[in-house]
Amino acid sequence: MGQILVLLDDPAADPARLILGGSLGQVIGLRLPAGPLVDDSLAPSAGSVGDDWLAPPAGEYCLDPQVLIRPGVVAQALAQAVNQYQAVAVLLPAGLFGAEVGALLALELGSAVVTDVTAISAELVATKPIMAGTAISEVSLTGPTAIFTVRYAATSSSVTAGSTNGTDMAGSAELPGAGPASVTELPLDHSSNVTELPLDRPARPAAQVEIISVKPNKLASGRPGLDQASIIISAGRGTGGDLRPVELLADALGAAVGASRAAVDAGWADPSLQVGQTGKTVNPELYIAAGISGAIQHQAGMRGAKLIVAINQDPDAPIFEIADLGIVGDLAEILPATAAALRREGTMKGPCHGYNR
Amino acid sequence: MKIIVLVKYVPDIEVGYRFKPDGRLDRSGEGLLNQLDEYPLEAARRLVSQVDAAADSTVTALTVGPDEAEEAIRRALQMGADRGVHICDQAIAGSDALGTSLVLAAAINQLGGADLILCGASSADSATSLIPVQLAARLQIPALTGAASLAVNGAQVTACRLTDNAMIESRTPLPALVSLTDQAEQPTYPSAKAVMLARRKPVEVYDLADLGLAPSSVGCDAARVKVLGVEPAIRRVGGRLVDASSDDAVAALVALLRDNALIPVGGGA
Repeated sequence: MGQILVLLDDPAADPARLILGGSLGQVIGLRLPAGPLVDDSLAPSAGSVGDDWLAPPAGEYCLDPQVLIRPGVVAQALAQAVNQYQAVAVLLPAGLFGAEVGALLALELGSAVVTDVTAISAELVATKPIMAGTAISEVSLTGPTAIFTVRYAATSSSVTAGSTNGTDMAGSAELPGAGPASVTELPLDHSSNVTELPLDRPARPAAQVEIISVKPNKLASGRPGLDQASIIISAGRGTGGDLRPVELLADALGAAVGASRAAVDAGWADPSLQVGQTGKTVNPELYIAAGISGAIQHQAGMRGAKLIVAINQDPDAPIFEIADLGIVGDLAEILPATAAALRREGTMKGPCHGYNR
Repeated sequence: MKIIVLVKYVPDIEVGYRFKPDGRLDRSGEGLLNQLDEYPLEAARRLVSQVDAAADSTVTALTVGPDEAEEAIRRALQMGADRGVHICDQAIAGSDALGTSLVLAAAINQLGGADLILCGASSADSATSLIPVQLAARLQIPALTGAASLAVNGAQVTACRLTDNAMIESRTPLPALVSLTDQAEQPTYPSAKAVMLARRKPVEVYDLADLGLAPSSVGCDAARVKVLGVEPAIRRVGGRLVDASSDDAVAALVALLRDNALIPVGGGA
């Protein structure tokens, strides 16, 4: 079995990628340096990078924006690591940064790269949703090193589905037997196999990019992120800008809050909460679309959910065509009433599965 | 200012599409301009209208694709591009991102380069998001990807990019490449007059030989990504529809949550 390099960038999402890597070979985790890229010529102009960025909340990685805007520097360092470890595969995070690093690493190595994969088999055949999520392709990669960007939530289910034997985990790992919930309780001692990825000073033309300002995304207080949540409730145009009913039920369920593009465009929700083709692609256990009509661009981001519930006033909304439960009605009444019903239910004893992964 | 906008002809997913037995998309079906490509066209139109009328500005729409892809060029011309360039060669079919970015880089060099290359952040069909970065790297120019807005000041371009963690405003000297999301300025739909005028705009067609590329450097054989098969995603069909005015919608929702063990312990916490 070959060496699998896993680029670490987010403590919440990294374990799933490490587990997936472990099912493919010997994992080497590569952490990006948290400190600033040391180069005087690149120092941000005084006061341009917000203090919030320099002091991230405890436990969160601080990806230096100077690194974020220079994926070429990371790709160069990874190319060296690929050669050093004779790696057969590189697992990168999904998203803008991961795709950029992957594209440049592929160019550097003359290797194949597939973005946004949801599963990888032992033979390095990747599964990737295409056509706005309406089709699934299986692709193989030729060449010495295969590069993937991996979607977070789907990784956990693919790992639990098909990789419980013959694995060679880094450290003394035991793969979680069932349920995506076990991913966060990762029994993987990867500390000995994680090293810092040394970054060189950026060369031109990357060096020509300079930062004017950095505004960290607003994080909804206490709610899980879209990538981690088992339940997501998304607000659309039909909320009329009042997200309280959505937030009320989200908090009753321990769910994440998402938004349609219309809600983001209207300024009702932070752009980081957008679900859809140009926002996040999510794969939760349950997706509740509240006041979202369900254009194909939105569906591309959420049709991988295990269950879909749609609440909309318009019985002809396209979202109902893919919803397991469709409710024609007023979300401002139904969501708070459901939260109240759950409060009553909460006094009952019952098992708790998979709501917090 | 010389602007090149990359456009792509994609299947109309809402109408339907087919795959060939070899797993490649049958591109002869119903298609249209990739919707996200309307944003760079709009941005180009606005940028050109801002610069001095005396300055020599052109917007070129560039595509790589089969004969049908001319439709994407035509739409781009209606949306304000001055001329179209269509790279069309049987040998290109089946290219992966490395191959397609190689063709685009050669085409742009053939066109004498550009001050600004604009494109959409992703395509609706294969959605790799790899082309913009690989193309910029091949041309050795900086790329600002995933931009929600852009502005050109003198010889610099400034873009606001929404990354996973932050909104980063950055700038870089021209020439540069910027890929745009649908958070950019909404496209203006062409007037009847613009549609009519577009018919007279030139579209040049080139093949690999014109670009000095060997057929073996692109296409299926050069591709390092091989499609083994394509299947429809789990077919989602509408389930139960409850009308809240006559039925108990709350009970239906609570039952679904309970049946799927999605109610946390102490659910009212």
